[in-house]
Amino acid sequence: MALSGLLLVGFLLGHLAGNLLVFKGRQAMNDYAEFLKNSPELLWTARIGLLLIFAVHLLTGIRLQLVSRGARPVAYHKKGHLVSSSASRSMLLTGAVVLVYLLFHLAHFTLGLVSPEDFQLTEQVIRDGVASSRPDVYGMMLAGFQHDWLVALYVLGMILLGMHLSHGIASLFQSLGIRHARYTPMIEISAKILAWLLAAGFIMVPLSLRSGLLEAA
Amino acid sequence: MRLKLHVWRQRGPADAGQMVSYDMPDVSPDMSFLEMLDVLNERLTLEGEEPIAFDHDCREGICGACGLVINGIAHGPTRGTTTCQLHMRSFKDGDEIWIEPWRARAFPVIKDLVVDRKSFDRVIESGGFISVNTGSAPEANILSVAKDSADQAFEYAACIGCGACVAACKNASAMLFVGAKVSHLASLPQGRVEAGRRARAMVSAMDAEGFGSCTNQFECEAVCPKDISVRAIAKMNREYLRAGLLESES
Repeated sequence: MALSGLLLVGFLLGHLAGNLLVFKGRQAMNDYAEFLKNSPELLWTARIGLLLIFAVHLLTGIRLQLVSRGARPVAYHKKGHLVSSSASRSMLLTGAVVLVYLLFHLAHFTLGLVSPEDFQLTEQVIRDGVASSRPDVYGMMLAGFQHDWLVALYVLGMILLGMHLSHGIASLFQSLGIRHARYTPMIEISAKILAWLLAAGFIMVPLSLRSGLLEAA
Repeated sequence: MRLKLHVWRQRGPADAGQMVSYDMPDVSPDMSFLEMLDVLNERLTLEGEEPIAFDHDCREGICGACGLVINGIAHGPTRGTTTCQLHMRSFKDGDEIWIEPWRARAFPVIKDLVVDRKSFDRVIESGGFISVNTGSAPEANILSVAKDSADQAFEYAACIGCGACVAACKNASAMLFVGAKVSHLASLPQGRVEAGRRARAMVSAMDAEGFGSCTNQFECEAVCPKDISVRAIAKMNREYLRAGLLESES
């Protein structure tokens, strides 16, 4: 759970870095997309690796739930808690919603099933005097995020991801046995900040595109 | 003061059990929680009813025998105390109090509020000891122990095995109990030698007993009557990982 979670946080950082290229403009975003498309080894290694890590995270998570439910067959009539965060108590819920969100996100921007007309957008580029066309990922994102319900869905998905990470990142250190009177308070605060920065970074993209902040670019 | 109690009553291990309500019209704030139950039991006996069974022994907060989940919190609302050291002044006139046994598959209910905690004994038997021949006491100064190691070992050794950590954990995990035992013995030179083997044996015994897994919510630390820190769990995780990565199976 901890190791696969750590690797997934690494992926999220890379993904966010890619997304933030949208703020550099259409060319930077489309250059990056073209680079990924032209490096199938890199793209498919990453995709297969991610799929495996997700599978491990999902299966260990399900196992954890099953073991824990089995460990308390009769529930308390009166439930109480003293220190646990609501994020830590709802990891299954936030994880499940993020999984559904992720499947939708793949259908939307990887498979182009949600709005196929935006998925076909191309951009004309002239290289060495020769005109050619390439997928216009920037245009696709811009067109994709003109629907309020889609923006709302993405923002909601990312808030739940933020919650999931706000417990998950700090928690993985404890699971790996990394705890120290001096460093643990720092780790816990940094983990929460990182979790919400990641969520905020991802949220900025659809909000900026919807609000017209990026349209001029 | 007047209180309303809702108490878990279960005739035996096979009985389904249910919550039963009792009015307590005249409770003194100076009573301990268990004394209040004693008063109720005397009344039930006089009325010809079966008194409520609950575990207790020293009533000084040091033996680990008592333990009730009171309003959803193991050992009740005051921190760092056992149930026997909880006093009725922690409640208000007119309060309703829910009293339940520890709930875990590894702690089956024997009767009413009494659970069977032999699973803890079996976990200890699997490795919670130091394999040396006993005999006359060795010369005290022959083995030096750093002050902070001794303090740390003592902090973990304070565990009285009451099981509140399991009761409070959302997953009914015994990681704080097992962590305290593993970390206590691993902090001292006498126990260091077999720290890896001990961590592995006790963790597999814990899993075999049907305790859940730790998801780092730290409710265990909050209810522990001896204030044992979740550092014990991190240390056990380290010992377990180190043993798994570096030590050969034997």
